[in-house]
Amino acid sequence: MSTDLVSHDVIGEINKYDFRTESKAVFKARKGIDAEIVNQISEMKKEPEWMRDYRLKALQIFNEKPMPMWGGDIALDFQDIFYYLKPTNKQGRTWDEVPQEIKDTFDKLGIPEAEKKFLSGVKAQFESEVVYGSLKEDLAQQGVIFTDTDSALRDHPDLLREYFGTIIPSTDNKFAALNSAVWSGGSFIYVPKGVKIDFPLQAYFRINAENMGQFERTLIIVDEGASIHYVEGCTAPMYSTESLHSAVVEIICKRGSRCRYTTIQNWANNIYNLVTKRAVAYADATMEWVDGNLGSRLTMKYPAVYMLEPGARGEILSIAFASKGQHQDAGAKLVHAAPHTTGQIISKSISKGGGRSSYRGLVRVEKGAKKSRSNVVCDALILDAKSRSDTYPYIEILEQDVNVGHEASVSRIGEEQLFYLMSRGLSEAESGTMIVNGFIEPLVKELPMEYAVEMNRLIQLQMEGSVG
Amino acid sequence: MSHTLVIKNLHVAVEGKAILRGVNLELKYGETHALMGPNGSGKSTLGLAVMGHPNYIVTDGSIELDGQNVTEMEADERARAGLFMAFQRPVAVPGVKMADFLRHAATNVRRPDRKEGEDLIPMRDFRKELRSKMEQLKMDPDFARRYVNDGFSGGEMKRAEILTMAMLSPKFAILDETDSGLDADAVRLASTSIAEIGREKMGLLIITHHDKLLEHNPPDFTHVMLGGRIVETGGIELARELHDFGYDRIRKAYPDADATNLEMTKKEETALVA
Repeated sequence: MSTDLVSHDVIGEINKYDFRTESKAVFKARKGIDAEIVNQISEMKKEPEWMRDYRLKALQIFNEKPMPMWGGDIALDFQDIFYYLKPTNKQGRTWDEVPQEIKDTFDKLGIPEAEKKFLSGVKAQFESEVVYGSLKEDLAQQGVIFTDTDSALRDHPDLLREYFGTIIPSTDNKFAALNSAVWSGGSFIYVPKGVKIDFPLQAYFRINAENMGQFERTLIIVDEGASIHYVEGCTAPMYSTESLHSAVVEIICKRGSRCRYTTIQNWANNIYNLVTKRAVAYADATMEWVDGNLGSRLTMKYPAVYMLEPGARGEILSIAFASKGQHQDAGAKLVHAAPHTTGQIISKSISKGGGRSSYRGLVRVEKGAKKSRSNVVCDALILDAKSRSDTYPYIEILEQDVNVGHEASVSRIGEEQLFYLMSRGLSEAESGTMIVNGFIEPLVKELPMEYAVEMNRLIQLQMEGSVG
Repeated sequence: MSHTLVIKNLHVAVEGKAILRGVNLELKYGETHALMGPNGSGKSTLGLAVMGHPNYIVTDGSIELDGQNVTEMEADERARAGLFMAFQRPVAVPGVKMADFLRHAATNVRRPDRKEGEDLIPMRDFRKELRSKMEQLKMDPDFARRYVNDGFSGGEMKRAEILTMAMLSPKFAILDETDSGLDADAVRLASTSIAEIGREKMGLLIITHHDKLLEHNPPDFTHVMLGGRIVETGGIELARELHDFGYDRIRKAYPDADATNLEMTKKEETALVA
């Protein structure tokens, strides 16, 4: 075995995600955050008055709110971050119209490939703004709206005004307030009554300018009886100074609807990934979060489902992989606010090379939510003695007639498993990768094919990084 | 083909305790050897040491495959060089499908120098080969989609080990009680499968307490282990004798080895109690 060859290739692979394309911003706000910056952002975007007020109020809330007292250590200087960067003057409609420099970035990320496969909508966010998007015609004909949130504010102001900030108000937490003040880009989706979209809608996000915060804002409304699977994938280049990603994702699942939101995130090691994701599910609606977190310096993310009416269902599947210098504080939140609601959380975490992963989850059953059922399974795999895993399960049950289960397991990668696979001719690295991939298999099989492949590939890179 | 596996004066310690105390053994390709002996005499230890288990430390002696010293090699290198062991209790690897595991393993063993994880045996060829081997072993095709040893019955575990052996077709295979914990039918199936797949197509070292396995795989040589050494070697008649009459004669004939064996098993028991 030539280890040189292997590591050379690994470096090539990692570099694939570590390129910089020179950023030719058309407008770049100065560093820091204050009313002037917020006003400037709103002005640049030619937003209606109510949104400007909303932002300014959020800024005030952000300034007043304390930092979270739990989770990971956040060493951020909020005044040392760029909050807005507009990369190009107009939004590209066809591939030909997209500037070459941005195309190069996409090429390196393999996005045209996805574009070929998915004639549906590829919405790609380059820095703060959606620069390219295409939407399959019949979707539009069915009344589906799939656009960036800035355009939605312009083109569908009534929908925005009705739902924006109703699931995650600015007062929710400091980072939700920050996002509300400086948000830019993100996806807006409206699926009309009874429309079932049978292929995944995709969007790619990417942070590119150094010290550039990315604050996308996503709002998805799935009307009665409709269904959608939204997929978001991230890769970020590596930079030496801190970078902040703080998104807000709000989802409304109306009666009998179904929404699955799949995320695979692979952030660079210096990024703070502090995201608020929440969905509400009405009668007989199903909301599923599939959340894969790799990379970042610190991730704090707890996708939530509030089950508001009988028959609502919430499912959260989460994978976290914490390597050297990384802290994944990930988890889930289920709130049973009506009878006969069902929830499930499956969390799998892997810690390696001194990485730390924590499961932090809440199951809350409100008074009167009779016959509700909830089940939590969290498994942690620790690959070496330097790494760490913690579990913080919170269960609040205010109703008697319910069924709530919790199972947790922590295992170290078995010496016997390693020896067994190696005795069959698999190298130590290959064996480790296989064991880890097996560990997360229950989640990966829920992913669309190319994401499953990418996930396995990312795990392999993470694992190979430890050898030699 | 003329492959040889030569074990010379092998001393092995586990957690600082000496288990093997100078084992000498020579296997040739195509031969079948039976390794017998009372509990705790060091049979499995020999197998695990030959396969390169990291907890089985070779303190003296050597293991040579076709004249090449493999004593310092990792388990994966030994597997690629042509050594195999069917384990008594193989561990489960949840989430890893038998077919995926076997495809990687077989590719690595057949083409040890290529870049790992790439250029796997083409899916179509691999499936065809796997299916035919599974048919031969009377295994349900669904077996390929199950997770490695996860929730397998005793019989399924042993058959999976034999299937793996069939796919890897090693030069030498050590079978550690591949007949234990099985009912009569399963033992017969395992025995005939081993005969079909391994006999004369590799060198076999069969560790067993039973005679069924040996009935279908009559040994060219029988070795008796006691107190971490091979104390006697004979032909098939020795295997028959031990099966019919037990180890009393051996114990009496080699009182030193017997005393060591007793001490080794006693330590084991105390360790278990503690």
